[in-house]
Amino acid sequence: MTNVEVRSIAKNYGSVPVLTDISTDFTQGSFTSLLGPSGSGKTTLLRIIAGFIIPDQGNVAIGGNDVTRMPVWARNIGMVFQSYALFPHMTVNENVAFGLARRGIKGEESRKQVERALELVRLPGFGDRKPKQLSGGQQQRVALARAIVTKPSVLLLDEPLSALDRRLRQEMQVELIRIQKESGLTTIFVTHDQEEALTLSDKVAILDRGRIVQIGAPTEVYERPKTRFAAEFLGDTNFLTGTVVAGGIRLANGSTVAVDAPLPATGSEATVAVRPEKIVIRDVARGGKDTDRSNRVSATISSSVYAGTALTYEAAFDGLSFKIFAQNSDARPHSVGDVVELTWSPLHTVPLEAAA
Amino acid sequence: MPLDPANSTQLREPGGSRKPLPPWASTAALLVPTYGWLTLAVFLPLCTMFAFSFLTATPMGKAPIVFTFKQYRAFIDQPYLLGVAWQSLLMGFWTTFFCAVLGFFAALALVRATEGKVRETLLILVLLPFWTNGLVRVFSWTMVLREGGFLDYAIHSVWPGAGSVGFLYTRQAVVVGLVHGYLPYMILTCYIALVTIDNTIVEAASSLGARWWTILWKILLPMAAPGLISGSVLIFVPVIGSFMEPRILGGRVGVTMGTVIEDQFTQAFNWPLGAALSFTMLAVVLGIFATFSGVLRRGTAL
Repeated sequence: MTNVEVRSIAKNYGSVPVLTDISTDFTQGSFTSLLGPSGSGKTTLLRIIAGFIIPDQGNVAIGGNDVTRMPVWARNIGMVFQSYALFPHMTVNENVAFGLARRGIKGEESRKQVERALELVRLPGFGDRKPKQLSGGQQQRVALARAIVTKPSVLLLDEPLSALDRRLRQEMQVELIRIQKESGLTTIFVTHDQEEALTLSDKVAILDRGRIVQIGAPTEVYERPKTRFAAEFLGDTNFLTGTVVAGGIRLANGSTVAVDAPLPATGSEATVAVRPEKIVIRDVARGGKDTDRSNRVSATISSSVYAGTALTYEAAFDGLSFKIFAQNSDARPHSVGDVVELTWSPLHTVPLEAAA
Repeated sequence: MPLDPANSTQLREPGGSRKPLPPWASTAALLVPTYGWLTLAVFLPLCTMFAFSFLTATPMGKAPIVFTFKQYRAFIDQPYLLGVAWQSLLMGFWTTFFCAVLGFFAALALVRATEGKVRETLLILVLLPFWTNGLVRVFSWTMVLREGGFLDYAIHSVWPGAGSVGFLYTRQAVVVGLVHGYLPYMILTCYIALVTIDNTIVEAASSLGARWWTILWKILLPMAAPGLISGSVLIFVPVIGSFMEPRILGGRVGVTMGTVIEDQFTQAFNWPLGAALSFTMLAVVLGIFATFSGVLRRGTAL
């Protein structure tokens, strides 16, 4: 069931378009990430849904009601900001009760709901403290409790974890998923961290220069990126460009790469993407075991970066440079200058749409 | 950039084996000029005046100087002074009140509705009263407030049949002049308090369902309380002692502690009485602050 619906949203700042014709739906109870680099319009889209920005064109509907021109206070949203935005002069209890009081919930009922919300974010007993007596992670939990205690129609998160350090961020990611599932709130999450988006979301929307370039489940957007931008922004990628032939593309050096996906018309130019971790290195000199991966090119290792559990190689091949992620499971890591064979499956060879 | 070897030697040995100063010494060195100057320019003259307040006459003529407490009995010997003191406190209260209301909203408008060059210009305009001569500023109000003055002229140009609303030589006129003179303090202290409030705090409040008046009363006003309080203290104290505005704009009714004290120094040449009255008022003001210190502290501690 669709809960939040945006239709043909456009917004310009002066003559600069920030969002161009954005249409998408957010399913009831789903967790959607808006992912993109800074300036992609992801925060603007979130703030249009919240009501802080009125779009130049298009409509926003929450729970079936058109709210495009409705002021923020009337929209029944919950929002968490990167800077926490707790009220510094109020205690934790007063902060969480603020939204309840605006809905006429006071006294004992309010106290009970505040207590339940603080339990949900694992901060029971912190109610009498002032925000500045709490750590960053605790403050963000209070902000989350304050946003969900009012049972909003939609929970909007504006890079809520980016001010936390790495360890705390990972901890809060797990908490966030738990709280979101327990509360069942439709959640829209703005982030520029691709790993965070993949970990947390049911759906990831990738934005680039004011447009949604791809939206889908994390596996879908990662494994089958539609455009060069989507492929590049969501992790590392190797690109190969060639002429389309039957069942694959022919590269400039004459070798053919098989593609297990629909391709443009034979004879036209096409680019395919191959994720570095999908490539297996076969050491030509040492024999190595053969694999049934039917795409193979021979290349020379040009660099090797050791990172304990994994290695990142670069291999030169016909003037191109390939990036390969390998688990540190080989008997002996490959060294620079080794002539190797790179193999991968046609399934992992993803044709991209031509750039717009 | 390669380091010059001669320089690097110098860097390593700055004048032999000099030890760094202990922390208390550098702290003292930084504070001494300020506190030395304050002692010389404020504390010592105040002590002198305090000593004068126990004398029978100004120690400048040939009259014999005798120690006495009688100056401090002025409020008992001359009961009309109680009325004057009460009027001065009322004047201080109303001036501070109007400054707080006008100053808070002016600061709020500056912070929330302006930015960049416009805000800079408006802030400079706020400071304009500071740059004009106080006497000129107050006398210009007499031109506005007198019968047939600019205020009347403006009203009559819209409504020719209206009577005069000129209220020069009233207590209201004094408050108008004082508010004009002291408003910048309140605007600036409130501005400083409001400008530090992150906009996302206001956005968070409205996302939780707060309308503008709730944001004003529950968020902005409490968070700007330190500015309001320090502005009020900055205004209340000098207003109680003011004598120029009451004298020029208040005329016959403009008798305040400020004018009475000024008279003792400039007209009656009774410095001991003037000093005693000043210290009595100081005690009253400190008493008022002590009474409300709990409120003041709670307001300033976020």
